[in-house]
Amino acid sequence: MSAHTLMEITPTTFAPPIADKPAQADSEVHQTLIDIANLDFFYGETKALHDISLKIPEKEVTAFIGPSGCGKSTLLRCLNRMNDLIDIARVDRGTIRIRDIDIYQPDVDVIELRKRVGMVFQKSNPFPKSIYENITYGLRLQGVSAKSRLDEVVERSLRGAALWDEVKDRLHESGLSLSGGQQQRLCIARAIAVEPEIILMDEPCSALDPIATARVEELIHELKSKYTIVIVTHNMQQAARCSDRTAFFYLGRLVEYADTQTIFMKPSDAQTEAYVSGRFG
Amino acid sequence: MKSTERHIYSLRPSFHRRVEGAVVWVLRIATLIILVAGLAVFGDIIFKGSRTVFQTSFPFVNVAFLTEAPKTLYVFEHEGASFEMADDDFRAFRTGLEEEAAAAGLPAPQLKTKSYVYSAGGVFPNIVGTILLVMGSMTIALSLGVASAIYLNEYAKQGPVVRFIRLAILNLAGVPSIVFGLFGFGMFVIYFGWNVSLLAGWFTLAFMVLPVVITASEEALKAVPKGFREGSLALGATKWQTIRKAVLPYATPGILTSSILGIARVAGETAPIMFTAAYVVRDKLPWEVERAIDFLFQGVMALPYHIYVVSSKIPQNEYSERVQYGTAFVFLGIVAIIATTSIVLRNRLRSRYRW
Ligand SMILES: Nc1ncnc2c1ncn2[C@@H]1O[C@H](COP(=O)(O)OP(=O)(O)OP(=O)(O)O)[C@@H](O)[C@H]1O
Ligand SMILES: [Mg+2]
Repeated sequence: MSAHTLMEITPTTFAPPIADKPAQADSEVHQTLIDIANLDFFYGETKALHDISLKIPEKEVTAFIGPSGCGKSTLLRCLNRMNDLIDIARVDRGTIRIRDIDIYQPDVDVIELRKRVGMVFQKSNPFPKSIYENITYGLRLQGVSAKSRLDEVVERSLRGAALWDEVKDRLHESGLSLSGGQQQRLCIARAIAVEPEIILMDEPCSALDPIATARVEELIHELKSKYTIVIVTHNMQQAARCSDRTAFFYLGRLVEYADTQTIFMKPSDAQTEAYVSGRFG
Repeated sequence: MKSTERHIYSLRPSFHRRVEGAVVWVLRIATLIILVAGLAVFGDIIFKGSRTVFQTSFPFVNVAFLTEAPKTLYVFEHEGASFEMADDDFRAFRTGLEEEAAAAGLPAPQLKTKSYVYSAGGVFPNIVGTILLVMGSMTIALSLGVASAIYLNEYAKQGPVVRFIRLAILNLAGVPSIVFGLFGFGMFVIYFGWNVSLLAGWFTLAFMVLPVVITASEEALKAVPKGFREGSLALGATKWQTIRKAVLPYATPGILTSSILGIARVAGETAPIMFTAAYVVRDKLPWEVERAIDFLFQGVMALPYHIYVVSSKIPQNEYSERVQYGTAFVFLGIVAIIATTSIVLRNRLRSRYRW
């Protein structure tokens, strides 16, 4: 099937999401942590997400893939309500539950939510402060100021982000003095310093060279034992390498969601197959 | 091949190269005119002013000019010599002569004097007044301006209302300063009943520079990368925590840059303070008040107004010219000192909060 004909497929011909297929009943079933149900999302008058339903399991890596502009970042930013920052953005219908709490209820404390759902951005964005201050930023906000506790968290977070050995002698130098890959790992360290439950990553490796990318991927693998990770990526190999489950989006719709293996080896949707095999997107 | 075709290494300039050359010259001459005009203005003030402020003998600076209040100058001849004396010296001198004459039983000598107001003494109260006006009005302008810039840029929902407010603020920047003077007079001096006072001057001048401060502060806030805000919010910071820790420190150098321009304007404007804060002459210095509260409600002397007062004396004479240029020179010096201090401060902040 050519890319040309794919674009002409109307939304109604999409296969229904297959998130609840019993096929995933393998030995390591994790509980659902994030439950997105029938989500419609608008930027002003433009509908960016159409009826998304998706269950993300705990302590696994879930990858969002799809061509540019299909709404991956939008959905990711719904999970910690970063979209609240955009005046025209709104969730029109549907719910997102994290541990059975609907995070779009008016009485939800967004600050608490964001402490539990950390985020790493596409463009690494360390503050122009020292490495130490970058990591302790979140804790200081919460009023933690005991030096011993901060020191401990800095070491733990940097070790957790596989950065400790590289920076342990220069903790008081600017975070901006690090290389691009180190900066991105610093941002990951900063995120895990506040001990979130979930870490959202929006194309965390898109600005990194292959070696730095490999290190971050390794890190994602290690973090999985403690955190639930949702990662947006344009890199098929990356999704295949480091995720357990993969969701394929197209034009604001969830086309297919399954085990990463299934998505890459025997996708049930023709579009998914075309995309993962690099024939469009 | 046409005969007119030129070799690419031809030495004869082509039409386009001649136009290019002419354009460069037009631009160069325009710059030169500005340079000459600038040099003429500064040269004139520095040349004439330095004759008043500096002197050839120790201590090389005319200390009296910088530390005394303006006085009336008396010029007269006595026993073949010509004298120039400030009013207090002159009175002492005349009393001395009268006593001498009385002791000798002679009639007191009649001195034929010419007096020139403000041409003796110095400009100390004016320096003090200008510094007070600058400090107070910049404090008010920066606190109000930065606060509203933060609100407009970080909190307010961007829409037609905010756009309209921005437009209004921009237009306010084009309002002539005399209009601000009138506004301040009607509002603070008359309606609030503050009379001609430091407080009324502070608010009038602050309102005058507010548009510049707000606009520039907004620019400085916009220049802070979005990533800092998102990074901070994603770590569970409130909006205010984010602004305080991840936005304002990096916007401060930019805000200061604009306020440096504001300082020069506030220090130099005559029209807004003419009806609101400035006294032609006042014997007491600002800190010589009975109650602390009176400090705010006293008028002050100021350098630009002094230049105006002295220069508008007709006929002009060599004595008042000395004061005019001396005052202008001191004024430039003070603005330069304040601006340099702010620039140093800004550069230190900038090197600390660079990204
Ligand atoms: N702030 C915004 N205001 C208006 N529309 C937006 C905004 N951000 C995104 N959109 C639109 O929403 C749609 C989805 O965008 P989104 O950024 O989620 O795509 P994406 O899948 O992350 O793409 P990419 O892979 O290029 O990052 C796009 O059509 C985009 O134009
Ligand atoms: Mg994106």
